[in-house]
Amino acid sequence: MTKDMSYEAVMLRKGEIMKKAIGIDYDKYESGSIAFDYEKMMRETGYSLQEVQEIQRSVSVGNTPIIELKNLTKLARKLAPKGKGARIFIKDEACNPSGSFKARRASVSCYHAKKLGYKGVIAATSGNYGAAVASQAAIQGLKCIVVQECYDSRGIGQPEIIEKARACEAYGTEVVQLTVGPELFYTFLILLEETGFFNASLYTPFGIAGVETLGYEIAMQLREKEGRDPDAVVVTNAGGGNLTGTARGLIKAGALDTKIIGASVNLEGLHMASDIQFNKKSFTTGHTGFGIPFATWPDRSDVPRSAARPLRYMDRYVTVNQGSVFYMTELLAQLEGLERGPAGNTSLTAAFKLAQEMDEDQIIVVQETEYTGAGKHVNAQLTFAKENGIEIIIGDPSEEIPGKNIILPKDPSYININDIELDRIRKSYIRNAINHTGVRSVTKEDLEFLAKDTKTDVEFIKNVLDEFGVKY
Amino acid sequence: MDAKRGDWVRIHNIILEAGQRAQNVPEDTQKVPLEMWVKGFLLDESANIGDRVKVETYIGRVVEGTLVEVNPYYKHNFGKAVPELLYVGRQARKLLLEGDEKDD
Repeated sequence: MTKDMSYEAVMLRKGEIMKKAIGIDYDKYESGSIAFDYEKMMRETGYSLQEVQEIQRSVSVGNTPIIELKNLTKLARKLAPKGKGARIFIKDEACNPSGSFKARRASVSCYHAKKLGYKGVIAATSGNYGAAVASQAAIQGLKCIVVQECYDSRGIGQPEIIEKARACEAYGTEVVQLTVGPELFYTFLILLEETGFFNASLYTPFGIAGVETLGYEIAMQLREKEGRDPDAVVVTNAGGGNLTGTARGLIKAGALDTKIIGASVNLEGLHMASDIQFNKKSFTTGHTGFGIPFATWPDRSDVPRSAARPLRYMDRYVTVNQGSVFYMTELLAQLEGLERGPAGNTSLTAAFKLAQEMDEDQIIVVQETEYTGAGKHVNAQLTFAKENGIEIIIGDPSEEIPGKNIILPKDPSYININDIELDRIRKSYIRNAINHTGVRSVTKEDLEFLAKDTKTDVEFIKNVLDEFGVKY
Repeated sequence: MDAKRGDWVRIHNIILEAGQRAQNVPEDTQKVPLEMWVKGFLLDESANIGDRVKVETYIGRVVEGTLVEVNPYYKHNFGKAVPELLYVGRQARKLLLEGDEKDD
């Protein structure tokens, strides 16, 4: 029997393909309404923190150094009011085998795929996760395919994504490169069906459990070094998994008072699925084009229920501009002797400003760095930006218009953050939850679930529902 | 003849034609096809650029497509000189020292 391979037919087989490719029966955790049992899903399908630690130790993932950025702290204090300027620490995740924290996520997925007897893994990713899965698959002796959104219709590829393709091939992975468009998912499904490989999604409980060790290590390392927990941890936020896993790890370590701050590069106005705008951006991840849609509707991912639920854990969400992140990448190299990739420095840029609001005796942790190389480099990105008609200006970053210019701060006092109003994001999430499930009235279980999933309370949810005119 | 059996090549395919794109994609993307590139070892005895060929990918999958490149390689790099960036380190180092001089 030949299967119908048309776009519509393959998309209709999505549920069936995914079930085979992940091996999780998500229906078990559904309530039939908005709510689902998140913690039960994480517990039953994931791995315990201790198991993850053992898996990661066996493949040399994790236990990366935590470094105090003394010169950057000193510079921040010069710009801060007297008595302000928290100490800035950074978790050097670039030390992982594939050069980013994504090795943590990939290690658990690949271990699991191997355990279940899959012959290979597939990941749909244009980011560091591709190289991470490729590296971990190589360790486990699994075949690997990475599907990338890479080129615009002129065949011009984003340098950072091309570098990721190169890295994947270095690990013996097959890279399938596509032009812009969410129909990447169609190709992804066809490949899963054809090969019977495991879907090493970023959004399964395995992927998130893999990041929990990062949060846990931060708490443990700081306790050892400084005898205390961090006051704040800043996480670059895109699909929400980095933030979710890190926060869960901190909670598991008992660091309950640590504030979790998400940071994204502001790409407002650029449509992520636009062919023309694809190469007008200088960041391919860690930006608002993923951060906002995934926060307001996490279940848009490639699995039925995403284990990455950033609003559950986020205390604050800020944006920074592209120019400031490039500037901070330069500063990290010039003042701290750490040459790292730009995208990972999104949270560092936010932390530099946040530290100036905090007291001198407080500690703020930037929870990642990533490797740098050809394509994944400030010069490569700025050269590419110029070639695509983007103007590079030294001035006031608050005037940056994504897709038109990149503004480097004329001195460090011009580095700024913008707060995203979390209640607005929460409301948008609640609206999406209602629309996607099509419920007419919200159950008591839903109310409690929504309160948890937005880090609010039932009163807040009731007020929002009243505003929307939805019964409960 | 551009390539012979066993050569490492790159092939190209149209996955969705311009008129077949998903409804939710922006207008500019609707107007262009969804394209795909993949690399592999040529399975045909010989072929020229532009021919329809079959390849075996690095992990052993067989894929058909149009031959576009033989011995493909990466051309991404560290970019050109970006003079706009040169002030960053010098300025920051100077700012760091300034206060110290006053303290002394």
